[in-house]
Amino acid sequence: MQPILQAIDVHKAYAAHTALNGVSLDIPERSIFGLLGPNGAGKTSLIRIITQITAADSGEIRVRGEKLNPRHIGQIGYLPEERGLYKKMRVGEQLLYLAQLRGLSKADATQRIKSWLDRLELKPWVSKNVEDLSKGMQQKVQFIATVLHEPSIIILDEPFSGFDPINANLIKDEILALRERGATIIFSTHRMESVEELCDNIALINRAHKVLDGSVRDIKNTFKTQTYEVEGRGRLMVTHPDFEVLEHKERENGHFYDRIKLHAGTTPNDLLRYLIGTVEVHAFREQIPSINDIFIRRVQETMPESLLEEARS
Amino acid sequence: MDKIWLIVQREYLTRVRKKSFLIMSLLAPLLLAGTTIGIAKLSGSSDTEVVAVRDESGQQVLANLAGNDDVRFVPAAGNSLAEATAAFKKAKPKQQALLYFPPTFSLDNSKGIQLLADGNVSLKRQNNIRKAVNKTVGELKMKRSGLNQTVIENLSANVELDAVDLSQVGGRKNSVGATTGAAYLLSILVYMFIFIYGVQVMRGVSEEKSSRIMEVMLSSVKPFQLMMGKILGIAAVVFTQFALWIALSWGLTTVAAPLLADSMKKSPPAAAAAGVQEAAKARETATYDATTATAPEAPATDAGPLDFLDGLPIGSIIGGFLFFFLGGYLLYSSMFAAIGAAVDDQTDAQQFMFPVTIPLILSYIVSINVIINGDPNGPLAFWLSMIPFTSPIAMVMRLPFGVPLWQLLLSAVLLVGGFIFTTWVASRIYRVGVLMYGKKVNYRELSRWMFYKG
Repeated sequence: MQPILQAIDVHKAYAAHTALNGVSLDIPERSIFGLLGPNGAGKTSLIRIITQITAADSGEIRVRGEKLNPRHIGQIGYLPEERGLYKKMRVGEQLLYLAQLRGLSKADATQRIKSWLDRLELKPWVSKNVEDLSKGMQQKVQFIATVLHEPSIIILDEPFSGFDPINANLIKDEILALRERGATIIFSTHRMESVEELCDNIALINRAHKVLDGSVRDIKNTFKTQTYEVEGRGRLMVTHPDFEVLEHKERENGHFYDRIKLHAGTTPNDLLRYLIGTVEVHAFREQIPSINDIFIRRVQETMPESLLEEARS
Repeated sequence: MDKIWLIVQREYLTRVRKKSFLIMSLLAPLLLAGTTIGIAKLSGSSDTEVVAVRDESGQQVLANLAGNDDVRFVPAAGNSLAEATAAFKKAKPKQQALLYFPPTFSLDNSKGIQLLADGNVSLKRQNNIRKAVNKTVGELKMKRSGLNQTVIENLSANVELDAVDLSQVGGRKNSVGATTGAAYLLSILVYMFIFIYGVQVMRGVSEEKSSRIMEVMLSSVKPFQLMMGKILGIAAVVFTQFALWIALSWGLTTVAAPLLADSMKKSPPAAAAAGVQEAAKARETATYDATTATAPEAPATDAGPLDFLDGLPIGSIIGGFLFFFLGGYLLYSSMFAAIGAAVDDQTDAQQFMFPVTIPLILSYIVSINVIINGDPNGPLAFWLSMIPFTSPIAMVMRLPFGVPLWQLLLSAVLLVGGFIFTTWVASRIYRVGVLMYGKKVNYRELSRWMFYKG
């Protein structure tokens, strides 16, 4: 299937530094895509190119195979990290204005605003000035403004920062509902727990380079270290030719917790067979790296390389 | 294009719906009228001035001192200078100065005359008094040399000038008062409005920036559209305000005109006693009529309230005013927009406002000296009204004096070129600045932004 959004060898440099250095991405349709990276990695630069706020120095962005152009503005919804509203404007008028700027007709916009405000329980506030709203309510208004024109690509930059847990859940549900209705969602964040919960695919950007991408499951599989967690009772041999105990914790009544790494050629079943012969097994599970671990590992791994590269250029 | 239109609408409506706009629209004409009257009253205290005279010279100066419209001479009370001074101090509100001719004074030795008053005596007063004394002493000298009164009166000249403007159809007589007044009024309006609304543009941009809505906006519209939409929307507010003021003034004068005609028949103070608004308006028109009265052509019969405008090139003044105001506003407000975009909050804006406001202020001050007090068609006036940064004020100031068509057109073309240039520069700075937070900018940084790509 053709990806809904493609970045092909995108470069972007500012006066003092390079923000993007040959970044390529494929974002499949109807997926939730996580764009990860430490602060200053180039995420926002890439998003600003996709939203046509700035242009790439070289390379291109394609939407459904078509080169990015102003007609795509209406198909993209963007909730920036730096988000605000006109404080002295009424909620309804503000939403109408933003929707019209995105190319929605007045009649359509009015109707959709009504149903969204109903859904998010903001109806009584429609003719209040934005500055009279609480922060949480303002965030809901901002979210509505992002999705009001029913974009097929929704870009959310740190969408949960500043949201209280209740609103965060509300928005999370709305995001999932939007995907059900066919939208593709791009998440930019450095908060990993929301990534694991929501994202189908991720790309990791560090120091202007894409250092990793793929489906969350594939990535986790690649980063598996053949390590298993074992809990049980009895005495475990500390050295063995087929595996290595990374961590051993004694607990009361002869209980223990171990992390065991398999050597090449050993299967989990071999380990299990050995364990059953020696101890009483209570729990046995593979240790799967969290995205957070992978993120930190990759960022640390790619650091020296890019430093070298910078020195060379 | 329709996006700019949406932005213009928003900028316009949010401003026009504000209460402060309504208040400003209603109050400003009244304030303006009030100030005009105030100034007229203050400077118009050129009611005849009363000067007490103590003459110890024995030259009969006092007896021969003839007053005129500006000064009236009365003998000082008392028998010595000290007594006269004391008497003058008592009579002070009624008498403005005490003129003293010492015993040493003679027709051949005219030194030592003293003018005593509380505080400084203005140059204008001194001039008035000196003229009167000069005339009297001259006449006394002529008498001494044997000329009789009739001959003296025949000899003295009394010249009046009627300036006729040949560029006007039929060579209309113009009134210096009305021309100068119009020049002042128009140029100060341009100056004020460029400044007030330029700053509004700046504030609008910096509010957008600090409320962090820029990025949301810029994912829908181009920075240039956002900037121009704001500038044009505020321009529409200004023109609405103008229209309201003109309508309001027109309404007031129309209402006031019959009242004015009545009050003129009675006495002027009677008008002051009438209702506040009408009276204020009536008096304003009264001062205008006073100006007309000095113009010989003024028809005394159907004296409408706006007759003082006779003799001015009204068409080119209105057209020129609107054009040069708009041009100047576009030129300056785009720079104000760039400032608003470049800084994080308004307190940082000061340092960048300086180079923008200086040409504005200077062109006003220099233009007054060069055009109104100097030669409206001289070379300096010409150049001031050509340079796009000064022409909005200088050209508007020249308009009432009559400007050759080719100069108007040339200046207009240059102004259009000027604002295209500043708008281009401003939009380059704007597009980078609006997304730049937490960075102290300086001029070098700004100039670098101009050449950023994308």
